[in-house]
Amino acid sequence: MWPIIQIELFKIYKRPRTYIAFGAIAALILVIQMGLKIDGEAYAAFLMKDINDTLTVDGKVLNGYLICYILLQLLLVHVPLLVALIAADMLSGEANLGTLRLLFTTPYSRTQWVLAKFVAASFYTILLLIWLAFLALFLSMWIFGTDDLFLMKSNYVVLIQEQDVFWRYLGAFVFASFSLLTVAALGFLMSSLANNSIGPIVATISAIVFFTILSTLNIPLFNIVKPYLFTTHMNNWKEFFDIQVSDSNDAITGSILNVAKIKNSIIILAIHIALFVGASVWIMKKKDILS
Amino acid sequence: MSVIKVQGLSKNFGAIKAVDQLSFEVEAGQVYGFLGQNGSGKSTTIRMLLSLIHPSEGHIEIFGQSLTANRSAILEQVGAVIERPDLYPYLTAQEHLTLFAKLRKQKITAAKIEATLAQVGLLSRANDKVQTYSLGMKQRLGIGIALLHDPQLIILDEPTNGLDPQGIADIRQLIKSLSKDQGKTVLVSSHLLSEIEQIATHILIIHQGKKMAEGPTSSLLDPNKTIVQIKTLDEADAKQKLMASTYRSNLLERTEGLYLTIPKLEIPALNAFLVASHIDLVSLEAKNSLEDYFLQLTSTF
Repeated sequence: MWPIIQIELFKIYKRPRTYIAFGAIAALILVIQMGLKIDGEAYAAFLMKDINDTLTVDGKVLNGYLICYILLQLLLVHVPLLVALIAADMLSGEANLGTLRLLFTTPYSRTQWVLAKFVAASFYTILLLIWLAFLALFLSMWIFGTDDLFLMKSNYVVLIQEQDVFWRYLGAFVFASFSLLTVAALGFLMSSLANNSIGPIVATISAIVFFTILSTLNIPLFNIVKPYLFTTHMNNWKEFFDIQVSDSNDAITGSILNVAKIKNSIIILAIHIALFVGASVWIMKKKDILS
Repeated sequence: MSVIKVQGLSKNFGAIKAVDQLSFEVEAGQVYGFLGQNGSGKSTTIRMLLSLIHPSEGHIEIFGQSLTANRSAILEQVGAVIERPDLYPYLTAQEHLTLFAKLRKQKITAAKIEATLAQVGLLSRANDKVQTYSLGMKQRLGIGIALLHDPQLIILDEPTNGLDPQGIADIRQLIKSLSKDQGKTVLVSSHLLSEIEQIATHILIIHQGKKMAEGPTSSLLDPNKTIVQIKTLDEADAKQKLMASTYRSNLLERTEGLYLTIPKLEIPALNAFLVASHIDLVSLEAKNSLEDYFLQLTSTF
Protein backbone atom coordinates (compact mmCIF):
# COMPACT_ATOMS: atom_id res chain seq x y z
CA MET A 1 0.00 0.00 0.00
CA TRP A 2 3.05 2.27 0.33
CA PRO A 3 3.01 3.36 -3.36
CA ILE A 4 -0.53 4.71 -3.11
CA ILE A 5 0.23 6.47 0.18
CA GLN A 6 3.20 8.12 -1.58
CA ILE A 7 0.92 9.17 -4.43
CA GLU A 8 -1.62 10.68 -2.06
CA LEU A 9 1.10 12.56 -0.18
CA PHE A 10 2.52 13.84 -3.44
CA LYS A 11 -0.88 15.12 -4.51
CA ILE A 12 -1.37 16.92 -1.18
CA TYR A 13 2.12 18.43 -1.55
CA LYS A 14 1.31 19.69 -5.06
CA ARG A 15 -2.14 21.12 -4.29
CA PRO A 16 -2.12 24.88 -3.75
CA ARG A 17 -4.96 24.58 -1.20
CA THR A 18 -2.64 22.64 1.13
CA TYR A 19 -0.68 25.75 1.97
CA ILE A 20 -3.65 27.92 2.96
CA ALA A 21 -3.77 26.35 6.42
CA PHE A 22 0.00 26.72 6.97
CA GLY A 23 -0.18 30.35 5.90
CA ALA A 24 -3.25 31.09 8.04
CA ILE A 25 -1.66 29.58 11.17
CA ALA A 26 1.60 31.45 10.60
CA ALA A 27 -0.21 34.74 10.05
CA LEU A 28 -2.37 34.39 13.18
CA ILE A 29 0.50 33.37 15.43
CA LEU A 30 2.90 36.02 14.17
CA VAL A 31 0.29 38.76 14.58
CA ILE A 32 -0.48 37.71 18.17
CA GLN A 33 3.23 37.35 19.01
CA MET A 34 3.92 40.77 17.57
CA GLY A 35 1.07 42.30 19.56
CA LEU A 36 2.24 40.73 22.80
CA LYS A 37 5.85 41.68 22.14
CA ILE A 38 4.88 45.32 21.69
CA ASP A 39 2.15 45.60 24.30
CA GLY A 40 2.67 42.48 26.41
CA GLU A 41 3.32 44.20 29.73
CA ALA A 42 -0.12 45.84 29.68
CA TYR A 43 -1.67 42.49 28.84
CA ALA A 44 0.17 40.79 31.73
CA ALA A 45 -0.95 43.56 34.11
CA PHE A 46 -4.53 43.02 32.98
CA LEU A 47 -4.22 39.27 33.65
CA MET A 48 -2.82 39.82 37.11
CA LYS A 49 -5.04 42.71 38.24
CA ASP A 50 -7.37 40.56 40.38
CA ILE A 51 -4.64 38.78 42.29
CA ASN A 52 -1.97 41.43 42.62
CA ASP A 53 -3.20 42.27 46.13
CA THR A 54 -2.98 38.71 47.43
CA LEU A 55 -0.09 37.25 45.46
CA THR A 56 3.35 38.35 44.43
CA VAL A 57 4.75 36.69 41.35
CA ASP A 58 8.49 36.89 40.69
CA GLY A 59 10.00 36.51 37.25
CA LYS A 60 8.52 36.93 33.80
CA VAL A 61 4.81 36.09 33.73
CA LEU A 62 4.60 36.79 30.02
CA ASN A 63 7.11 34.22 28.83
CA GLY A 64 7.19 31.83 25.86
CA TYR A 65 5.31 29.11 27.74
CA LEU A 66 2.38 31.37 28.63
CA ILE A 67 2.27 32.78 25.10
CA CYS A 68 2.07 29.23 23.74
CA TYR A 69 -0.79 28.41 26.12
CA ILE A 70 -2.69 31.52 25.03
CA LEU A 71 -2.09 30.68 21.38
CA LEU A 72 -3.23 27.08 21.77
CA GLN A 73 -6.41 28.18 23.54
CA LEU A 74 -7.16 30.46 20.62
CA LEU A 75 -6.02 28.26 17.77
CA LEU A 76 -6.97 24.71 18.71
CA VAL A 77 -10.58 25.81 18.20
CA HIS A 78 -9.86 27.02 14.67
CA VAL A 79 -7.30 24.54 13.41
CA PRO A 80 -10.01 21.84 13.01
CA LEU A 81 -11.61 24.07 10.41
CA LEU A 82 -8.34 24.16 8.50
CA VAL A 83 -7.98 20.37 8.79
CA ALA A 84 -11.51 20.00 7.39
CA LEU A 85 -10.44 21.97 4.29
CA ILE A 86 -8.20 19.12 3.22
CA ALA A 87 -9.64 16.00 4.88
CA ALA A 88 -13.23 16.66 3.79
CA ASP A 89 -12.04 17.02 0.22
CA MET A 90 -9.97 13.85 -0.01
CA LEU A 91 -12.67 11.62 -1.56
CA SER A 92 -15.34 14.04 -2.72
CA GLY A 93 -12.74 16.30 -4.34
CA GLU A 94 -11.58 13.39 -6.48
CA ALA A 95 -15.19 12.51 -7.28
CA ASN A 96 -15.84 16.11 -8.26
CA LEU A 97 -12.70 16.19 -10.39
CA GLY A 98 -13.61 12.84 -11.98
CA THR A 99 -10.29 11.30 -11.00
CA LEU A 100 -11.79 8.80 -8.57
CA ARG A 101 -12.50 6.50 -11.50
CA LEU A 102 -8.85 6.70 -12.55
CA LEU A 103 -7.79 5.52 -9.09
CA PHE A 104 -10.47 2.86 -8.69
CA THR A 105 -9.60 1.18 -11.99
CA THR A 106 -6.06 0.45 -10.80
CA PRO A 107 -5.21 -2.95 -9.26
CA TYR A 108 -5.51 -1.53 -5.73
CA SER A 109 -8.77 -2.13 -3.87
CA ARG A 110 -11.10 0.62 -2.76
CA THR A 111 -10.32 -0.20 0.88
CA GLN A 112 -6.62 0.33 0.17
CA TRP A 113 -7.30 3.64 -1.55
CA VAL A 114 -9.54 4.93 1.23
CA LEU A 115 -7.06 3.94 3.92
CA ALA A 116 -4.15 5.41 1.95
CA LYS A 117 -6.06 8.66 1.61
CA PHE A 118 -6.77 8.73 5.34
CA VAL A 119 -3.11 8.06 6.13
CA ALA A 120 -2.17 10.96 3.83
CA ALA A 121 -4.78 13.24 5.44
CA SER A 122 -3.44 12.23 8.86
CA PHE A 123 0.11 13.00 7.77
CA TYR A 124 -1.04 16.45 6.65
CA THR A 125 -2.85 16.98 9.96
CA ILE A 126 0.23 16.01 11.98
CA LEU A 127 2.41 18.29 9.85
CA LEU A 128 0.00 21.14 10.50
CA LEU A 129 0.24 20.45 14.22
CA ILE A 130 4.05 20.34 14.09
CA TRP A 131 3.97 23.69 12.28
CA LEU A 132 1.67 25.03 14.99
CA ALA A 133 3.99 23.68 17.69
CA PHE A 134 7.03 25.17 16.00
CA LEU A 135 5.50 28.62 15.79
CA ALA A 136 3.47 28.69 19.00
CA LEU A 137 5.98 26.98 21.28
CA PHE A 138 9.50 27.16 19.91
CA LEU A 139 9.22 30.58 18.29
CA SER A 140 7.53 31.98 21.41
CA MET A 141 10.27 30.47 23.60
CA TRP A 142 12.85 32.14 21.37
CA ILE A 143 11.14 35.53 21.26
CA PHE A 144 9.88 35.76 24.86
CA GLY A 145 12.24 33.44 26.72
CA THR A 146 11.13 30.85 29.30
CA ASP A 147 10.16 30.96 32.95
CA ASP A 148 7.62 29.34 35.28
CA LEU A 149 4.17 28.95 33.75
CA PHE A 150 1.55 30.89 35.62
CA LEU A 151 -2.01 30.03 34.61
CA MET A 152 -5.21 31.55 35.86
CA LYS A 153 -8.08 29.09 35.80
CA SER A 154 -11.67 30.01 36.60
CA ASN A 155 -11.36 29.72 40.37
CA TYR A 156 -7.74 28.87 41.04
CA VAL A 157 -4.25 29.53 39.79
CA VAL A 158 -1.64 27.04 38.66
CA LEU A 159 2.06 27.63 38.89
CA ILE A 160 4.25 25.13 37.07
CA GLN A 161 7.99 25.35 37.43
CA GLU A 162 9.94 26.12 34.29
CA GLN A 163 11.66 22.73 34.10
CA ASP A 164 8.28 21.00 34.48
CA VAL A 165 6.54 22.70 31.54
CA PHE A 166 8.09 21.54 28.28
CA TRP A 167 7.08 17.87 28.50
CA ARG A 168 3.51 18.96 29.23
CA TYR A 169 3.42 20.77 25.90
CA LEU A 170 4.70 17.67 24.17
CA GLY A 171 1.88 15.69 25.83
CA ALA A 172 -0.64 18.39 24.90
CA PHE A 173 0.45 18.28 21.24
CA VAL A 174 0.21 14.49 21.13
CA PHE A 175 -3.28 14.75 22.64
CA ALA A 176 -4.19 17.48 20.13
CA SER A 177 -3.14 15.14 17.33
CA PHE A 178 -5.92 12.76 18.43
CA SER A 179 -8.42 15.64 18.46
CA LEU A 180 -7.43 16.81 15.00
CA LEU A 181 -7.32 13.28 13.59
CA THR A 182 -10.90 12.86 14.81
CA VAL A 183 -11.83 15.96 12.83
CA ALA A 184 -9.93 14.60 9.82
CA ALA A 185 -11.80 11.28 10.13
CA LEU A 186 -15.15 13.09 10.39
CA GLY A 187 -14.29 15.16 7.33
CA PHE A 188 -13.31 11.97 5.58
CA LEU A 189 -16.66 10.36 6.38
CA MET A 190 -18.52 13.40 5.06
CA SER A 191 -16.32 13.26 1.99
CA SER A 192 -17.33 9.68 1.27
CA LEU A 193 -20.99 10.72 1.16
CA ALA A 194 -20.69 13.44 -1.47
CA ASN A 195 -19.44 14.09 -4.98
CA ASN A 196 -18.55 17.75 -4.55
CA SER A 197 -15.87 19.57 -2.60
CA ILE A 198 -17.77 22.26 -0.73
CA GLY A 199 -20.60 20.19 0.79
CA PRO A 200 -18.44 17.90 2.97
CA ILE A 201 -16.26 20.80 4.17
CA VAL A 202 -19.33 22.77 5.25
CA ALA A 203 -20.95 19.64 6.73
CA THR A 204 -17.81 18.84 8.77
CA ILE A 205 -17.54 22.36 10.13
CA SER A 206 -21.29 22.40 10.89
CA ALA A 207 -21.03 19.05 12.72
CA ILE A 208 -18.14 20.36 14.84
CA VAL A 209 -20.06 23.52 15.70
CA PHE A 210 -23.25 21.55 16.43
CA PHE A 211 -21.58 19.00 18.73
CA THR A 212 -19.46 21.68 20.41
CA ILE A 213 -22.65 23.53 21.35
CA LEU A 214 -24.16 20.28 22.67
CA SER A 215 -20.97 19.62 24.67
CA THR A 216 -21.05 23.10 26.16
CA LEU A 217 -24.76 23.32 27.03
CA ASN A 218 -25.57 22.31 30.56
CA ILE A 219 -28.98 20.78 29.91
CA PRO A 220 -29.73 17.45 31.67
CA LEU A 221 -31.05 15.83 28.48
CA PHE A 222 -27.72 16.36 26.72
CA ASN A 223 -25.64 15.44 29.77
CA ILE A 224 -26.36 11.76 29.03
CA VAL A 225 -24.66 11.90 25.62
CA LYS A 226 -22.00 14.47 26.39
CA PRO A 227 -19.38 11.99 27.68
CA TYR A 228 -19.54 10.17 24.32
CA LEU A 229 -19.29 13.21 22.04
CA PHE A 230 -15.86 13.78 20.53
CA THR A 231 -16.24 17.52 20.98
CA THR A 232 -16.45 17.04 24.75
CA HIS A 233 -12.95 15.59 24.74
CA MET A 234 -11.18 17.62 22.06
CA ASN A 235 -10.02 20.37 24.43
CA ASN A 236 -8.78 18.09 27.18
CA TRP A 237 -5.16 18.82 26.23
CA LYS A 238 -5.51 21.43 28.99
CA GLU A 239 -5.51 18.61 31.56
CA PHE A 240 -1.74 18.39 31.06
CA PHE A 241 -1.53 21.77 32.78
CA ASP A 242 -3.44 20.84 35.94
CA ILE A 243 -0.98 19.67 38.52
CA GLN A 244 -1.37 17.61 41.71
CA VAL A 245 -0.62 19.25 45.05
CA SER A 246 0.76 17.62 48.18
CA ASP A 247 -0.92 17.69 51.60
CA SER A 248 1.10 20.78 52.33
CA ASN A 249 -0.37 22.39 49.21
CA ASP A 250 2.90 22.25 47.27
CA ALA A 251 2.82 21.47 43.56
CA ILE A 252 4.09 17.97 42.80
CA THR A 253 6.58 18.27 39.95
CA GLY A 254 5.95 15.92 37.04
CA SER A 255 2.37 15.15 38.09
CA ILE A 256 -0.93 15.52 36.28
CA LEU A 257 -4.10 16.04 38.29
CA ASN A 258 -6.38 13.80 36.26
CA VAL A 259 -4.51 11.26 34.15
CA ALA A 260 -7.60 9.05 33.88
CA LYS A 261 -9.50 11.87 32.19
CA ILE A 262 -6.80 12.21 29.54
CA LYS A 263 -6.73 8.44 28.95
CA ASN A 264 -10.51 8.30 28.71
CA SER A 265 -10.57 11.17 26.22
CA ILE A 266 -7.91 9.54 24.05
CA ILE A 267 -9.88 6.28 24.02
CA ILE A 268 -13.13 8.06 23.09
CA LEU A 269 -11.37 10.02 20.31
CA ALA A 270 -9.64 6.87 19.00
CA ILE A 271 -12.99 5.05 18.88
CA HIS A 272 -14.47 7.95 16.91
CA ILE A 273 -11.53 7.86 14.46
CA ALA A 274 -11.97 4.10 13.95
CA LEU A 275 -15.75 4.43 13.50
CA PHE A 276 -15.54 7.34 11.06
CA VAL A 277 -12.82 5.71 8.94
CA GLY A 278 -14.52 2.29 9.07
CA ALA A 279 -17.79 3.85 7.92
CA SER A 280 -15.96 5.68 5.10
CA VAL A 281 -14.44 2.40 3.87
CA TRP A 282 -17.82 0.66 3.99
CA ILE A 283 -19.57 3.48 2.12
CA MET A 284 -16.90 3.70 -0.57
CA LYS A 285 -16.91 -0.08 -1.09
CA LYS A 286 -20.66 -0.03 -1.68
CA LYS A 287 -20.70 3.13 -3.78
CA ASP A 288 -21.24 3.13 -7.54
CA ILE A 289 -18.73 5.52 -9.09
CA LEU A 290 -20.89 7.58 -11.42
CA SER A 291 -18.87 10.80 -11.40
CA MET B 1 -10.17 -17.12 -26.52
CA SER B 2 -12.67 -14.70 -25.01
CA VAL B 3 -11.00 -11.72 -23.40
CA ILE B 4 -14.35 -10.42 -22.14
CA LYS B 5 -17.36 -12.62 -21.46
CA VAL B 6 -20.48 -10.92 -20.15
CA GLN B 7 -23.58 -12.92 -19.25
CA GLY B 8 -26.99 -11.56 -18.27
CA LEU B 9 -25.59 -8.25 -17.06
CA SER B 10 -28.16 -5.84 -15.61
CA LYS B 11 -27.98 -2.63 -13.63
CA ASN B 12 -30.92 -0.90 -12.01
CA PHE B 13 -30.81 2.63 -10.65
CA GLY B 14 -34.01 2.61 -8.62
CA ALA B 15 -36.81 2.01 -11.09
CA ILE B 16 -34.59 2.76 -14.08
CA LYS B 17 -33.10 -0.23 -15.84
CA ALA B 18 -29.86 1.19 -17.27
CA VAL B 19 -28.60 -2.18 -18.56
CA ASP B 20 -30.95 -5.06 -19.19
CA GLN B 21 -29.75 -8.68 -19.48
CA LEU B 22 -26.76 -7.82 -21.66
CA SER B 23 -24.57 -10.67 -22.90
CA PHE B 24 -21.61 -10.50 -25.27
CA GLU B 25 -18.11 -11.81 -25.83
CA VAL B 26 -14.99 -10.04 -27.05
CA GLU B 27 -12.29 -12.19 -28.57
CA ALA B 28 -8.55 -11.53 -28.35
CA GLY B 29 -7.25 -9.05 -30.91
CA GLN B 30 -10.65 -7.63 -31.80
CA VAL B 31 -11.51 -3.95 -31.93
CA TYR B 32 -14.96 -4.23 -30.45
CA GLY B 33 -17.19 -1.26 -31.10
CA PHE B 34 -19.78 -0.52 -28.48
CA LEU B 35 -22.42 1.59 -30.09
CA GLY B 36 -25.41 3.38 -28.68
CA GLN B 37 -27.09 6.71 -28.25
CA ASN B 38 -26.43 8.84 -25.20
CA GLY B 39 -28.08 7.18 -22.20
CA SER B 40 -28.28 3.79 -23.90
CA GLY B 41 -26.23 2.05 -21.19
CA LYS B 42 -22.78 2.01 -22.81
CA SER B 43 -20.94 3.85 -20.06
CA THR B 44 -22.76 1.96 -17.31
CA THR B 45 -21.70 -1.32 -18.92
CA ILE B 46 -18.11 -0.13 -19.28
CA ARG B 47 -18.05 1.01 -15.65
CA MET B 48 -19.29 -2.43 -14.63
CA LEU B 49 -16.47 -4.01 -16.68
CA LEU B 50 -14.03 -1.87 -14.69
CA SER B 51 -15.69 -2.57 -11.32
CA LEU B 52 -16.69 1.06 -10.85
CA ILE B 53 -20.37 0.14 -10.74
CA HIS B 54 -21.72 -2.95 -9.01
CA PRO B 55 -24.01 -4.99 -11.31
CA SER B 56 -27.53 -5.75 -10.09
CA GLU B 57 -27.39 -9.08 -11.90
CA GLY B 58 -25.11 -11.03 -14.18
CA HIS B 59 -21.56 -12.21 -14.44
CA ILE B 60 -18.40 -10.70 -15.94
CA GLU B 61 -15.33 -12.70 -16.89
CA ILE B 62 -12.17 -11.03 -18.16
CA PHE B 63 -9.19 -13.11 -19.32
CA GLY B 64 -11.23 -16.18 -18.28
CA GLN B 65 -11.42 -15.04 -14.63
CA SER B 66 -14.36 -13.75 -12.65
CA LEU B 67 -14.04 -9.97 -12.22
CA THR B 68 -15.52 -10.14 -8.72
CA ALA B 69 -13.02 -12.75 -7.50
CA ASN B 70 -9.91 -11.57 -9.38
CA ARG B 71 -10.40 -7.83 -9.73
CA SER B 72 -6.85 -6.84 -8.88
CA ALA B 73 -5.13 -9.35 -11.21
CA ILE B 74 -7.50 -8.46 -14.05
CA LEU B 75 -7.10 -4.70 -13.73
CA GLU B 76 -3.31 -5.13 -13.83
CA GLN B 77 -3.82 -6.04 -17.51
CA VAL B 78 -6.43 -3.42 -18.36
CA GLY B 79 -6.01 0.19 -19.43
CA ALA B 80 -9.01 2.48 -19.62
CA VAL B 81 -10.20 5.95 -20.50
CA ILE B 82 -13.70 6.61 -19.25
CA GLU B 83 -15.64 9.44 -20.85
CA ARG B 84 -14.08 12.81 -20.07
CA PRO B 85 -10.31 13.03 -19.61
CA ASP B 86 -10.44 14.10 -15.96
CA LEU B 87 -6.97 14.59 -14.54
CA TYR B 88 -5.24 16.55 -11.78
CA PRO B 89 -5.00 20.17 -13.00
CA TYR B 90 -2.09 20.96 -10.69
CA LEU B 91 0.12 18.13 -12.00
CA THR B 92 2.08 17.92 -15.24
CA ALA B 93 1.79 15.15 -17.83
CA GLN B 94 5.15 13.79 -16.70
CA GLU B 95 3.97 13.72 -13.08
CA HIS B 96 0.74 11.97 -14.04
CA LEU B 97 2.56 9.21 -15.85
CA THR B 98 5.17 8.88 -13.10
CA LEU B 99 2.43 8.52 -10.46
CA PHE B 100 0.43 5.98 -12.42
CA ALA B 101 3.59 4.02 -13.23
CA LYS B 102 4.03 3.44 -9.51
CA LEU B 103 0.67 1.66 -9.36
CA ARG B 104 1.77 -1.22 -11.53
CA LYS B 105 3.60 -4.35 -10.48
CA GLN B 106 5.96 -4.22 -13.43
CA LYS B 107 8.72 -1.63 -13.36
CA ILE B 108 7.96 1.20 -15.74
CA THR B 109 11.14 3.03 -16.65
CA ALA B 110 11.63 6.74 -17.32
CA ALA B 111 12.34 5.79 -20.95
CA LYS B 112 8.95 4.08 -21.20
CA ILE B 113 7.25 7.18 -19.75
CA GLU B 114 9.03 9.33 -22.32
CA ALA B 115 8.06 6.93 -25.11
CA THR B 116 4.43 7.06 -23.99
CA LEU B 117 4.51 10.86 -23.95
CA ALA B 118 5.89 10.76 -27.49
CA GLN B 119 3.28 8.19 -28.55
CA VAL B 120 0.44 10.49 -27.52
CA GLY B 121 2.19 13.61 -28.82
CA LEU B 122 2.79 15.35 -25.50
CA LEU B 123 6.55 15.17 -25.19
CA SER B 124 7.04 18.88 -25.80
CA ARG B 125 4.41 19.77 -23.16
CA ALA B 126 5.40 17.09 -20.64
CA ASN B 127 6.35 19.55 -17.92
CA ASP B 128 3.37 21.86 -18.29
CA LYS B 129 0.53 21.64 -15.81
CA VAL B 130 -2.59 19.92 -17.09
CA GLN B 131 -4.67 23.01 -16.32
CA THR B 132 -2.99 24.64 -19.34
CA TYR B 133 -3.96 21.78 -21.69
CA SER B 134 -6.70 21.75 -24.28
CA LEU B 135 -9.41 19.08 -24.09
CA GLY B 136 -7.72 17.11 -26.85
CA MET B 137 -4.38 17.14 -25.02
CA LYS B 138 -6.07 15.93 -21.84
CA GLN B 139 -7.74 13.15 -23.79
CA ARG B 140 -4.38 12.11 -25.22
CA LEU B 141 -2.81 12.13 -21.77
CA GLY B 142 -5.68 9.97 -20.52
CA ILE B 143 -4.92 7.50 -23.30
CA GLY B 144 -1.23 7.68 -22.39
CA ILE B 145 -2.05 6.69 -18.80
CA ALA B 146 -4.17 3.82 -20.11
CA LEU B 147 -1.37 2.52 -22.36
CA LEU B 148 1.55 3.13 -20.00
CA HIS B 149 1.64 -0.35 -18.48
CA ASP B 150 1.25 -2.11 -21.83
CA PRO B 151 -2.16 -3.67 -21.02
CA GLN B 152 -3.62 -6.58 -22.98
CA LEU B 153 -7.12 -5.08 -22.92
CA ILE B 154 -7.79 -1.42 -23.59
CA ILE B 155 -11.21 0.04 -22.85
CA LEU B 156 -11.94 3.44 -24.35
CA ASP B 157 -15.25 5.10 -23.55
CA GLU B 158 -15.95 7.87 -26.04
CA PRO B 159 -12.23 8.49 -26.69
CA THR B 160 -12.81 11.07 -29.43
CA ASN B 161 -15.07 13.31 -27.36
CA GLY B 162 -14.07 16.92 -27.75
CA LEU B 163 -11.28 16.25 -30.22
CA ASP B 164 -10.72 18.21 -33.41
CA PRO B 165 -10.70 16.31 -36.76
CA GLN B 166 -6.93 15.78 -36.62
CA GLY B 167 -7.21 14.52 -33.04
CA ILE B 168 -9.97 12.11 -34.04
CA ALA B 169 -7.88 10.83 -36.94
CA ASP B 170 -4.88 10.34 -34.61
CA ILE B 171 -6.93 8.35 -32.09
CA ARG B 172 -8.41 6.27 -34.90
CA GLN B 173 -4.93 5.49 -36.17
CA LEU B 174 -3.71 4.68 -32.67
CA ILE B 175 -6.56 2.22 -32.04
CA LYS B 176 -5.95 0.49 -35.36
CA SER B 177 -2.26 0.25 -34.62
CA LEU B 178 -2.84 -1.13 -31.11
CA SER B 179 -4.89 -3.95 -32.55
CA LYS B 180 -3.03 -4.62 -35.78
CA ASP B 181 0.59 -4.06 -34.78
CA GLN B 182 0.52 -4.94 -31.09
CA GLY B 183 -2.26 -7.53 -30.98
CA LYS B 184 -4.16 -5.70 -28.24
CA THR B 185 -7.84 -6.20 -27.64
CA VAL B 186 -9.69 -2.89 -27.73
CA LEU B 187 -13.24 -2.19 -26.59
CA VAL B 188 -14.25 1.23 -27.79
CA SER B 189 -17.58 2.92 -27.23
CA SER B 190 -18.91 5.88 -29.10
CA HIS B 191 -22.02 7.57 -30.32
CA LEU B 192 -20.01 8.76 -33.33
CA LEU B 193 -21.11 5.90 -35.53
CA SER B 194 -18.87 6.82 -38.42
CA GLU B 195 -15.86 6.45 -36.13
CA ILE B 196 -16.82 2.99 -34.95
CA GLU B 197 -17.54 1.97 -38.51
CA GLN B 198 -13.97 2.82 -39.52
CA ILE B 199 -12.11 1.07 -36.72
CA ALA B 200 -14.20 -1.77 -35.28
CA THR B 201 -13.86 -5.36 -36.42
CA HIS B 202 -16.96 -6.28 -34.39
CA ILE B 203 -19.87 -4.19 -33.24
CA LEU B 204 -22.48 -4.36 -30.53
CA ILE B 205 -25.43 -2.01 -30.75
CA ILE B 206 -27.10 -1.22 -27.45
CA HIS B 207 -30.35 0.66 -27.00
CA GLN B 208 -32.19 1.36 -23.75
CA GLY B 209 -29.84 -1.05 -22.01
CA LYS B 210 -30.61 -3.95 -24.34
CA LYS B 211 -28.51 -5.56 -27.03
CA MET B 212 -29.98 -4.77 -30.42
CA ALA B 213 -27.42 -6.37 -32.70
CA GLU B 214 -23.96 -7.86 -32.53
CA GLY B 215 -21.54 -9.24 -35.07
CA PRO B 216 -18.64 -8.53 -37.41
CA THR B 217 -18.80 -5.05 -38.90
CA SER B 218 -18.78 -6.53 -42.40
CA SER B 219 -21.95 -8.54 -41.72
CA LEU B 220 -23.73 -5.52 -40.27
CA LEU B 221 -22.85 -3.61 -43.43
CA ASP B 222 -24.44 -6.13 -45.82
CA PRO B 223 -24.02 -4.84 -49.43
CA ASN B 224 -27.26 -6.61 -50.35
CA LYS B 225 -29.11 -4.21 -48.07
CA THR B 226 -27.65 -0.94 -49.25
CA ILE B 227 -29.78 2.02 -48.30
CA VAL B 228 -30.14 4.57 -51.08
CA GLN B 229 -31.38 8.09 -50.58
CA ILE B 230 -33.03 9.75 -53.56
CA LYS B 231 -33.23 13.53 -53.73
CA THR B 232 -35.46 15.02 -56.42
CA LEU B 233 -37.09 18.32 -57.23
CA ASP B 234 -40.55 16.76 -56.76
CA GLU B 235 -40.42 14.08 -54.10
CA ALA B 236 -44.16 13.28 -54.18
CA ASP B 237 -44.07 12.60 -57.92
CA ALA B 238 -40.97 10.43 -57.55
CA LYS B 239 -42.55 8.44 -54.74
CA GLN B 240 -45.72 7.88 -56.80
CA LYS B 241 -43.70 6.57 -59.75
CA LEU B 242 -41.61 4.29 -57.53
CA MET B 243 -44.76 2.92 -55.83
CA ALA B 244 -46.09 2.00 -59.26
CA SER B 245 -42.86 0.21 -60.21
CA THR B 246 -41.07 -2.96 -59.14
CA TYR B 247 -39.22 -0.85 -56.57
CA ARG B 248 -42.40 -0.58 -54.44
CA SER B 249 -41.23 -3.32 -52.07
CA ASN B 250 -37.81 -1.64 -51.72
CA LEU B 251 -39.16 1.64 -50.41
CA LEU B 252 -38.47 2.42 -46.77
CA GLU B 253 -41.03 4.03 -44.50
CA ARG B 254 -39.47 7.28 -43.34
CA THR B 255 -41.16 10.47 -42.27
CA GLU B 256 -38.63 12.55 -44.18
CA GLY B 257 -36.78 11.82 -47.43
CA LEU B 258 -37.07 9.06 -49.97
CA TYR B 259 -35.15 5.87 -49.18
CA LEU B 260 -34.89 2.42 -50.73
CA THR B 261 -33.09 -0.76 -49.77
CA ILE B 262 -31.54 -2.52 -52.74
CA PRO B 263 -28.42 -4.59 -53.48
CA LYS B 264 -25.48 -2.34 -54.18
CA LEU B 265 -25.05 -3.74 -57.71
CA GLU B 266 -28.58 -2.68 -58.68
CA ILE B 267 -28.00 1.03 -58.03
CA PRO B 268 -27.11 1.79 -61.71
CA ALA B 269 -30.36 0.13 -62.81
CA LEU B 270 -32.29 2.27 -60.31
CA ASN B 271 -30.57 5.35 -61.69
CA ALA B 272 -31.59 4.35 -65.25
CA PHE B 273 -35.19 3.81 -64.10
CA LEU B 274 -35.35 7.26 -62.48
CA VAL B 275 -34.02 8.94 -65.60
CA ALA B 276 -36.35 6.96 -67.86
CA SER B 277 -39.30 7.92 -65.62
CA HIS B 278 -38.47 11.63 -66.12
CA ILE B 279 -37.87 12.15 -62.43
CA ASP B 280 -35.87 15.36 -61.87
CA LEU B 281 -33.02 13.76 -59.97
CA VAL B 282 -30.81 15.91 -57.77
CA SER B 283 -28.77 13.15 -56.18
CA LEU B 284 -28.64 9.43 -55.58
CA GLU B 285 -26.65 8.47 -52.52
CA ALA B 286 -25.76 5.02 -51.24
CA LYS B 287 -26.00 5.26 -47.46
CA ASN B 288 -25.13 1.78 -46.45
CA SER B 289 -23.45 2.97 -43.29
CA LEU B 290 -23.67 1.81 -39.80
CA GLU B 291 -25.52 4.99 -38.99
CA ASP B 292 -28.44 3.93 -41.18
CA TYR B 293 -28.39 0.45 -39.76
CA PHE B 294 -28.20 1.84 -36.28
CA LEU B 295 -31.05 4.29 -36.89
CA GLN B 296 -33.12 1.51 -38.43
CA LEU B 297 -32.67 -0.61 -35.30
CA THR B 298 -33.22 2.08 -32.74
CA SER B 299 -36.10 3.85 -34.48
CA THR B 300 -38.30 0.79 -33.96
CA PHE B 301 -38.42 1.64 -30.26
